[in-house]
Amino acid sequence: MRLRSLIVSFAVFPALLVAACASAPQAAPSATPAAAAATPSPTATAVKSSGKELILATTTSTQDSGLLDVLVPLYEKQTGDKVKVIAVGSGAALDLGRKGNADVLLVHSPAAEEAYMKEGAGINRTRVMYNDFVIVGPAADPAKIKGTKDAAAAMKAIAAAKAPFYGRGDNSGTQAAELALWKGAGLDVPKGQAWYHETGQGMGPTLTVAVEKDGYTLSDRATWLSNADKTKQPVLVEGDKALFNVYHVIPVNPAKFPSVNKTGAEQFRAFMVSKDALAVISTFGKEKYGQALFYPYTE
Amino acid sequence: MGLLLEALQEAWRLLVTGDGDVYSITLRTGAITGISTALSALVGLPVGLALALARFPGQRWLVALANAGTGMPPVVAGLFVSILLWRSGPFGALHLIYTPTAMVLAQFLIAMPVIAAVTAGAVMALPPSLHLQIRAMGAGTVEYLWLVAREARLPLLVALMAGFGSVISEVGASMMVGGNLSGETRVLTTAAVLEVSRGRMGTAMALGIILLTLVLAIAFALTIVQQRSQRR
Repeated sequence: MRLRSLIVSFAVFPALLVAACASAPQAAPSATPAAAAATPSPTATAVKSSGKELILATTTSTQDSGLLDVLVPLYEKQTGDKVKVIAVGSGAALDLGRKGNADVLLVHSPAAEEAYMKEGAGINRTRVMYNDFVIVGPAADPAKIKGTKDAAAAMKAIAAAKAPFYGRGDNSGTQAAELALWKGAGLDVPKGQAWYHETGQGMGPTLTVAVEKDGYTLSDRATWLSNADKTKQPVLVEGDKALFNVYHVIPVNPAKFPSVNKTGAEQFRAFMVSKDALAVISTFGKEKYGQALFYPYTE
Repeated sequence: MGLLLEALQEAWRLLVTGDGDVYSITLRTGAITGISTALSALVGLPVGLALALARFPGQRWLVALANAGTGMPPVVAGLFVSILLWRSGPFGALHLIYTPTAMVLAQFLIAMPVIAAVTAGAVMALPPSLHLQIRAMGAGTVEYLWLVAREARLPLLVALMAGFGSVISEVGASMMVGGNLSGETRVLTTAAVLEVSRGRMGTAMALGIILLTLVLAIAFALTIVQQRSQRR
């Protein structure tokens, strides 16, 4: 087959492809190119809308608890902005911010956040809410940590008993808290030891693995409340100051990344500490779980 | 067993009540995968034909590359497209990240090599005398290509099914470039993963059952077309 024939078969169809792609990007900023998806059109309160989409990079704990399913639509209704919630671990969210691939972050990894702010990648870091971490494990409690008030002592006991422990291992805020607990107990991170495991996944799947394998794990209370089988995986240790879990909202620095939606990001930051948002946060989960999953904690 | 039964009940309930955006998620899944498979076929079929029929130096290497492409890990395709479409990437200004278009692009990278490789294999398996016959009848180039494709239409349908199958079930790339946004880029696979991470195994399994039903329906339809052409 000659070169001419080769060119014929290569010319016609890619031309069609290019034509198809040329029409597609116009559909991109809004919903799907196919008529199939039922996307609600944002109410155009044009006065406040920043006009662009807002990429919110947040943690799996805020996503999985369902809090954002209430807060984000409220924000979208008030401002007419379209928010894209990308739920990854705190570490991955900070990384998205570090490269300017997100507009605003909602994370819970204070040490990593402070390093992030030092790099100049964020502005106006604002405290929003808190809840706590809890150490959960099998009802049989082989390491005998139930009721311990000191989290570090509990971790020491788990290590001494070589009881199975399932860590996140995914650079998340929860993993950062877990590593801080090992450090507080004066221990090296037990990585590589036979009883210590890292799931590399979010809190929900990690709780699932831990309960299947009769292991201990560190969880944020919100995910535990909404995911875990309370009888099979009870809270064994709670209340220690070291288990405090605080969330901050951080707009990405527009001076460093001109392409970020800076009005939208600042608007979202202000919204997160507004009366409306705090009202939602303080009542979220009360009806379903008997207690709020998060507590407002503004400065 | 209880979980499976619960899943079947939940699947039925979801379909009957249309709860949890199941309808829009299913339609979106079909639309995105349909478009990406169509585009992959538009490019993959002629590429496969060219790989099988053309004679040029390095042809064997290209065929090997196409075959290797069938093993393209979806996560790698997703990462590659993300790097291109992120704001920090070369095409960031297009604002395509976390849109269905980005998902179509990533799925194209996965399905196109599959269709090209299977097509090339199918055409290469045709009896050599066929090519002489067609040429002897005085066919021009385009007519020649069309007749060859027609002769190989049964395995070409398999190529289509293989391409479709490779993307309808993938979740890594869709998650990365789509972001699993409710109402925009959430498809059956990414929705199922979200339900798993929320501990709702029954719902996750139900979504899986709906996905399997969708795949079965399409495979059934394509097979009927395939068998009908065979009986002629």
